[in-house]
Amino acid sequence: MRRSLCQVTLTLLGLFLAGTTYEARQPQASSQDAAAGQDRSQRLYPSLQRPPGDPERIARGQAVYGISCRACHGADLRGGDLGGPNLLRSQVVLKDDQGDLVGPVIRDGQSSADGDGMPPQSLSEEDIGAVVEFIRDVLGTASRQGGPPPGDEVALDILVGDATAGQTYFAATCASCHSPTGDLQDIGARISEPQELQNTWVRGTAAGGGERPPVRVTVTEASGERVEGELERLNDFLVVLTEDDGRHRSFRRRGDTPLVELDDPMAVHRELLPLYSDTDIHNVTAYLVTLQ
Amino acid sequence: MTATHLVVAATLIAAPAVSLAQDGGLDPASILAPLGESWPTYSGDYSGRRYSELTQVTTDNVAHLTLAWTRELDTGMPSLEGSNAPTFIGGEGTGEFTIGSQRIKGSILQVGDLLYVTAPDHVWALDVRDGGERWHYFWKTRGGPHIGNRGAALWHDSLIFETVDNYLVSLDARTGDERWHTEIASFDEQYFSTMAPIVVGDHLLVGTGNDLDAPGFLQSFDPETGALQWKFYTVPMSADDPGIDTWPSLDAARHGGGQVWVPGSYDPETNYYIFGTGNPTPGYTGVARRGDNLFTCTLIAVDVDTGEMAWYFQTSPHDTHDWDSAQTPILIDGVIDGVPRKLVSTAARNGYFFTIDRVTGEHILTTRYGATSNWASHIRESGSPNPHPGKEAIVPGSLVSPVEGGVANWQPAAFNPDTGLFYTQENNGFNLLYLTDVDPRGSMGLGGKDRIAVGSGGNALSAIDYRTGETTWRHVWPPGGGGGAGVLTTAGGLVFTGDGSGNFVAFDAARGEPLWHTRIGNISNAPQTYLVDGRQYVLVAAGQQLFAFVMY
Repeated sequence: MRRSLCQVTLTLLGLFLAGTTYEARQPQASSQDAAAGQDRSQRLYPSLQRPPGDPERIARGQAVYGISCRACHGADLRGGDLGGPNLLRSQVVLKDDQGDLVGPVIRDGQSSADGDGMPPQSLSEEDIGAVVEFIRDVLGTASRQGGPPPGDEVALDILVGDATAGQTYFAATCASCHSPTGDLQDIGARISEPQELQNTWVRGTAAGGGERPPVRVTVTEASGERVEGELERLNDFLVVLTEDDGRHRSFRRRGDTPLVELDDPMAVHRELLPLYSDTDIHNVTAYLVTLQ
Repeated sequence: MTATHLVVAATLIAAPAVSLAQDGGLDPASILAPLGESWPTYSGDYSGRRYSELTQVTTDNVAHLTLAWTRELDTGMPSLEGSNAPTFIGGEGTGEFTIGSQRIKGSILQVGDLLYVTAPDHVWALDVRDGGERWHYFWKTRGGPHIGNRGAALWHDSLIFETVDNYLVSLDARTGDERWHTEIASFDEQYFSTMAPIVVGDHLLVGTGNDLDAPGFLQSFDPETGALQWKFYTVPMSADDPGIDTWPSLDAARHGGGQVWVPGSYDPETNYYIFGTGNPTPGYTGVARRGDNLFTCTLIAVDVDTGEMAWYFQTSPHDTHDWDSAQTPILIDGVIDGVPRKLVSTAARNGYFFTIDRVTGEHILTTRYGATSNWASHIRESGSPNPHPGKEAIVPGSLVSPVEGGVANWQPAAFNPDTGLFYTQENNGFNLLYLTDVDPRGSMGLGGKDRIAVGSGGNALSAIDYRTGETTWRHVWPPGGGGGAGVLTTAGGLVFTGDGSGNFVAFDAARGEPLWHTRIGNISNAPQTYLVDGRQYVLVAAGQQLFAFVMY
């Protein structure tokens, strides 16, 4: 590839300008490649299936984009402060083939249905081609179900609750079964990630180390015989259990015969689900985090 | 079968009302008949009721229902050459994209001697008497999410279906040989297609799906040639389109979703096709699409000849939970406050049940049928539930019921005019819903959130009175049961569905008592019924396997 000094300078300048967002991005890397074993032919859509472009051309396109496109369309192509549309869901971009649709828009500009249009950009054909290559490369990193490319991890703080209020709620609602000095001692340390802690306690498995406690079942036959054990399977027509000596038993069910009574420690948690407010949940999480 | 049975069967042979015989196949006009001896369209007839007039199988004798035959179909990637290759292979793909096996989720057409069964990229014609293969057509795809196919349409002697990569394909229904295929949506824009096309006269109504912020539409094609007749967008596509004032900008509206991916119902008296639309996009972040987002999550009536909208009713304004309202609505000729009314009812994914006047679109009633649905602040005067902003995905997590799959989903509900009851699965799961993309521009597609399942408030089969919206009976499944089976009801006083614990179950339609069951695995479509050789069959799919039951 032949380049003028001017273009090289432009490229370097662009890399500098665009660098805040894109310097760490590996043009050919994508989470979908990892999932699909690098075999792009097994990806779902054309924009993801295309073979990777030339890295040098992509880098040049990224630089040109940083200078000419980024202010309107955003560093991540999802739309910018100056009102340019999201390119990653643009019909023109998605249907483009080697610049046949995007190229004319860059060259000639475009009027938009909303009234604001895009002015023509005075870029060389080579730069237009490079910008197209860059856009295509970003499209190739999109997530499942229309999600955007993963982007940088943003740390979000889910701890918005009031620990004192959480403690009060815990005392009123949870303390009949759980204790901060007993089964939940150190729970904030044992499950140190607050979101995971919240998921786990709302699900009802925090005290059990993530495991669901077994469901006990008592089956009373018409004859009066009672069989107790750990529930294996239950539907309207069958109940299967393991007795404490390890013996498996199964019983046909017909309505209320035999009588099947469950003792499910998780039932209380299921019954609480419709009763929690989000504030209750956030407060209890804030409290449990303090149990270090 | 014993000789005695053969003699009995021979004397009971009735002339089928719908036959793919020597006379040019299925006359579209015959689909206007109420559901009885055959199953010629997605819901059996146009009403969406999935109510069969057949009465051989009743509450008294259903316990004697017997397996007639079973047939396993390989819905995965077939060998494209050799003796095991499909009868015909079409498609625009190279054959490189390998499809995995998929459960049979569609309606199976039954006309004359044949059953037409679909899975993504596959169509089979099977002998109605033993499930033996008549022909097998396979489409080499270009890709796309192979999550399901809802069935085919029969127009005269053409069998027409949609492919995942957005082609409408017409086959000779007798041989499986391809007649034509035509592209119905842009694969580059990440549309994908699963819907069963619906024949109404000389119109073929076709919908598609999309997760990437693209506009939804319903199209009508000429079933003979595949030529486009009209295209109805479900979101505003220009600044003077209706509904534009429910979006912050035209750009947001044009990327607003509202996909049409489940068949609707058809009212011959008004010539309205009535269907539901999918969720708005971006799905979980409503920040860049403030407003009600018409006509997403909306029940819509269009004139079949023109594609013009006659009325609409929004079942979920400004959805932020991926709760499509695409489920097949049910047409009910009923009585409200002593006055005969032409109605349409639907039990939406969001947990609310609606009855609407299907001629005018006038709202009759809204009730909550999802026992734990907790996302609405109140019911608006219009009858639409009002979304509570606190129940969107938020950074610290909100506890939302139902889960993303909804209280109900595409799996068809049923209505029995003898009981006046609307039967639907009722799933009451809870999610913790976290916002992970706080970008003020919103996310894209279904991105930007984490959803964590945290338990269930219990699942049920529910029978709802269309006149009041109240649940008349409710069969609560034992913990772990419920979920994804469609429903069939019959004039024999029965309701058939799956229990989510591997059983196919028949209920007393009036009282909700289970009368018969068989453990064949979890039901993956909706049960169907038809008459062959004078005998009533009940057909259902469990995964890749078909089971045909019969009353001898």
